[in-house]
Amino acid sequence: MSTLPPLAPPQAEKPAAGQGPKKPAGLKALPYALLLPASLVLILVLGYPFGRLFVLSMQKFGLKQQFGAPPDWIGLDNYTGIFQDSQFWVVLARTIGFCAAAVVLTMVLGMLVALLTRRVGRVLRMALIVSLLFAWAMPPLSATVVWQWLFDTRYGLVNWLLSQFGGDFHGHSWLSNPWSFFGVALIIVVWMGIPFVAFTLYAGLTQVPGEVLEAAELDGAGAAQRFRYVILPFLRPVILILTALSVLWDLRVFTQFYVLQKAGGIARDTNVLGVYAYRLAFGENKFDVGAAVAVVMLLITLLFTVFYLRQITRQEEL
Amino acid sequence: MSLTSPPKVSQPPQAPTTSPIKQTKRRRPGDLAANLAAVVVVIIAMFPVYWMINTSFQRGVDIQSDTPNFLPWNATLGNYRKAFEQGDFLSALRNSLTVTLITVVVAIVFALLAAVAVSRFRFRGRTTFIVAVLVVQMIPAEAMVISLFKVLDGWQLVNTVLGLTLVYLVVVLPFTIWTLRGFVAGVPLELEEAAMVDGCSRFQAFTKVTFPLMAPGLVATGTFAFIQAWNEFTFALVLMNKPANQTLPVWLQTFNEGAKGTDWGGVMAGSTLMAIPVIVFFMIVQGRMTEGLVAGAVKG
Repeated sequence: MSTLPPLAPPQAEKPAAGQGPKKPAGLKALPYALLLPASLVLILVLGYPFGRLFVLSMQKFGLKQQFGAPPDWIGLDNYTGIFQDSQFWVVLARTIGFCAAAVVLTMVLGMLVALLTRRVGRVLRMALIVSLLFAWAMPPLSATVVWQWLFDTRYGLVNWLLSQFGGDFHGHSWLSNPWSFFGVALIIVVWMGIPFVAFTLYAGLTQVPGEVLEAAELDGAGAAQRFRYVILPFLRPVILILTALSVLWDLRVFTQFYVLQKAGGIARDTNVLGVYAYRLAFGENKFDVGAAVAVVMLLITLLFTVFYLRQITRQEEL
Repeated sequence: MSLTSPPKVSQPPQAPTTSPIKQTKRRRPGDLAANLAAVVVVIIAMFPVYWMINTSFQRGVDIQSDTPNFLPWNATLGNYRKAFEQGDFLSALRNSLTVTLITVVVAIVFALLAAVAVSRFRFRGRTTFIVAVLVVQMIPAEAMVISLFKVLDGWQLVNTVLGLTLVYLVVVLPFTIWTLRGFVAGVPLELEEAAMVDGCSRFQAFTKVTFPLMAPGLVATGTFAFIQAWNEFTFALVLMNKPANQTLPVWLQTFNEGAKGTDWGGVMAGSTLMAIPVIVFFMIVQGRMTEGLVAGAVKG
């Protein structure tokens, strides 16, 4: 936390104006009382399991312990275990690769859609906004199931469409090949991620000062130059925050992979960290190893959270 | 920042020296490409939603045909009947509603109290609390699911409404606190002080002045918490592992994994049933929520 910039101006710790010096003693305890219910729930149902996760990752906890035997303390053995397992590194690389591809695609396409929304006329702009809202509002599970149906082997629309254009896709299975499996997963995640990014960037675009753009145009800047030297610098903080958020969301993908694996993907060849930890714990009863994988996932997340918080605190006073 | 209303600065600024005729001439080819691109984006964004609803009204023979049917010419409600009869739809619906509603009500009350504390008082530990909330919001639920299962199992709360509700509370609280904090702070303290000068107590000033002003924000935040809890899949899958305790998303996935191959009509009907309330609610509150989600990132 020491890397964070100062969060509040120095006077923040002093009582704010208006509740000044004549504040009765009872009022001092009031804010703490107000925080109590939320804090209690967060500590009990999040803080405690958080601690337990670290403990669990340093214990031997298998089938025997499931039936009541006390767990043995084995220090970092679970971690050395996963670090020596090539499977873990493959899953980690896959997760990072998938996340990077999804974030880049979401951000680039989101920016293009935002610029497009700025560019087109009233009617098309409304159509764009409403249709993006639909995509955004779809529950993740519904969205995944519909895309699964679109890519269905026998009666899926995608196979029919590609066959119409001359390909031979009758009975083509998209999910059994790991690469096309990731392609389908990528399409689902990006499709669901674009609306939020596009809306936020669009809102940012509407705030780019018109005079500056005008001045740039008068000075002979083309569209590409105006984007590069006026719009991009202006949107920089928003872009950084959106990127950090997208990274955090795409690192933890679970539903899409779980559903697609059940629908015909080969779990071993398509696991990412979230489903991998889940399968270790609930599929193979290796709660201890699963916990160690989860801790690794948490630490990666933490890295980006610190970055995200630095951006947020730069933008507004807490 | 309501996204549905067109912003004021919607037209690209025109250089005053350029005549309108010259402008349109120069822009026409690009406009056509932009319009075409916009149409393509609209189609891609809408298509899965349309296809879900379209399939849900089709007969089995029309779904399993070599050429897809783009409109349900022989519309049927049979898929919806099948969805209702699949497993325990009604108990899943009841479970989902119970867990979601309790989560929303409790979360709103707890979050409102906390939001008032951090935006109306200055006290030691305030900044720490806010940072903690922001950090907690970023913790991936998927990483916590293993130890949460263990902890709740120890408390005998696996397969109980209380257990899942507690977890959902933790999932939505950080976000609700953060958003409500913005809404409370949005009502100037001076208004409350004016009411107090007029003889209100501090509590009355809050309930009679601030509370009504932030009611729309409360509704929006509550609705968003509803959507989060209603859609949640991972925890429901792990914590409610008995068929009678399933929530709607888990019910739908069980339907989807059907042993005799997927019944697409039924699954799409179930999916539509689950999605419709969310889409409707989402449309109502989205304008207010975008702002809260980016935490004021769009500040000029």
